[in-house]
Amino acid sequence: MPDYVETINLCRTFGKKKELVKALDEVSISIKEGEIFGLLGPNGAGKTTLIKILTTLLLPTRGEAYVADFNVVKEADRVRKIINLVSGGETPGYGILSVKENLWFFSQLYGLPSSVAKERSKRLMADLDFEQYANTRMSKLSTGYKQRMSLARGLLSDPKILFLDEPTLGLDVLTAKKLRNYVIDWAKRERKGTVLLTTHYMIEADEMCDRVAIISNGKILACDSPQVLKEDLRRTPIAKIEVSSIQIDFSFIEKVKGIIGYSETRNIQTGVTHLRVMVDDRRVFAEIESKLTEAKLKVLSVNETEPTLEDVYIRLVGKGFEEAEEKAHA
Amino acid sequence: MLDDLVRNLRVAYARLWVRVKGGNREPEWLIFDMFLPIFTLSAYVYLYKMLGVGAEFAGFVVIGGTMLAFWTNVLWNMSAQFYWEKETGTLEAYLVAPISRMAILLGMALGGFVNTTLRAVAILTVGSLIFQVPIALNEPFTALLIFFLTIAALYSLGMLFASLFLLYGREAWHTASLLQEPVQFISGSFYPVRYLPTLLQLLASLVPLTFGLDGIRRTAISGEGIAQVWPHVIALIVFTLILLPLAKLALNFMENLGKKEGRLTLRWQ
Repeated sequence: MPDYVETINLCRTFGKKKELVKALDEVSISIKEGEIFGLLGPNGAGKTTLIKILTTLLLPTRGEAYVADFNVVKEADRVRKIINLVSGGETPGYGILSVKENLWFFSQLYGLPSSVAKERSKRLMADLDFEQYANTRMSKLSTGYKQRMSLARGLLSDPKILFLDEPTLGLDVLTAKKLRNYVIDWAKRERKGTVLLTTHYMIEADEMCDRVAIISNGKILACDSPQVLKEDLRRTPIAKIEVSSIQIDFSFIEKVKGIIGYSETRNIQTGVTHLRVMVDDRRVFAEIESKLTEAKLKVLSVNETEPTLEDVYIRLVGKGFEEAEEKAHA
Repeated sequence: MLDDLVRNLRVAYARLWVRVKGGNREPEWLIFDMFLPIFTLSAYVYLYKMLGVGAEFAGFVVIGGTMLAFWTNVLWNMSAQFYWEKETGTLEAYLVAPISRMAILLGMALGGFVNTTLRAVAILTVGSLIFQVPIALNEPFTALLIFFLTIAALYSLGMLFASLFLLYGREAWHTASLLQEPVQFISGSFYPVRYLPTLLQLLASLVPLTFGLDGIRRTAISGEGIAQVWPHVIALIVFTLILLPLAKLALNFMENLGKKEGRLTLRWQ
């Protein structure tokens, strides 16, 4: 299959000389037609910047990008005819208009005859389970239904390439799953469309994507199918350690010899921190446990676990998403 | 080519439809917009009555109030619209779509015009009846010509402002606030501009509303015709011919600048 989306040494910087921020650093990716491709990385990794360049909303500082062989800078008008973009956390439209009216309006941006637009809106509303809200004002919809409407808006124009920027951001588990399944169905069975998805949810990348590029600080660190990326870690011991404290700084465990990387998730409600630790030898787990005990922390459990895409990230960066985001904000 | 034209016409119509539908969905706003301006007009009319300056001044005030409805619409519902659309992500949807941004602006302008006309007609009718405005309309077509040319020039100005709001949301917001009253003052909304000092009259000639107001008053209240108001017609045509292409240039420039600087779809700036 030919490359449908391609970037060549794409760079994008923001700010002026003294405070120059590299949002994208020599990014080269290629996406095949009909593929669901994921960009996985923490907030601030450069995912949205890349999607904005590919959807003609932002100019690259250097490098080239093509969508269906059209240059996104020089042939932006041709690119726009075959793409659509759905961003999580944003609900384009007019609150005072009903869902049905909003969808009709957006269909006109792509020149759809009204009869076709109405028929497609009706089908999408039924498929995404919100046809009962067709006549409800958009301002009265819940976040989940607003996002269903956004996805319907993105699919109305029947794009060849759908760009999804954090499409399930802030949604409940069921709605997120519903939207994910629908996109998979659309891409694989119904439309056979190409999807570029950005996310920082591992499960989303794992469930949806044929291939995933892991991005950090504007650089692509790895790119392959989720299975292959995880397969590389099969022989690396990974454990989930539960510690009964959310107050302490766990960075002291980095000093333990043999540790490859770790991530931590603090649960304020239960007062428990979940450490995910990757080591080069199983025996290191015992040493980590003793270090935690020395620090007067109660270790609730230590369980070895299967690798996830976050472990791939930890392996590459040495830290989990949350730590990377904290470091980026510091 | 034809496909693009049809699509852009559909977009303009759809944007017009949104504006008309949205603007009239809550009728209480319609009532506020129609009747609250009458209070401002009343203050001026009674002031002129107290000063005994003649009945035609009541007519000046009513026409001024009517046309101000369009100016307010241009400034707040036209120029500021992209700012709100940026906040909700709607602007992003426009920019990703294969459409001319001018088609969106055209739809916004036409929709704004339709909505405001409803309000303006109410102000004109109620104001004329209450204050017994003396009408001397000898050439209605000339009056209509000036009205439509004024609208064209005003909404072209609105399109130009909208392009500024595309990138400089909050700053442009303040600019709009700064423009509201000074333009109201300088264009002679409630009095003839000829009473202003010469320097201010010169400044007033940079505002299309000045020519529009003066032209409509002359044709509707003073009974003048095309022989007297042809300079107004030319001035308004020139305004439109300058402002409309300028709006398109500014829009392209701002969009490219936004793409370079990365500020096009960033919110709260």
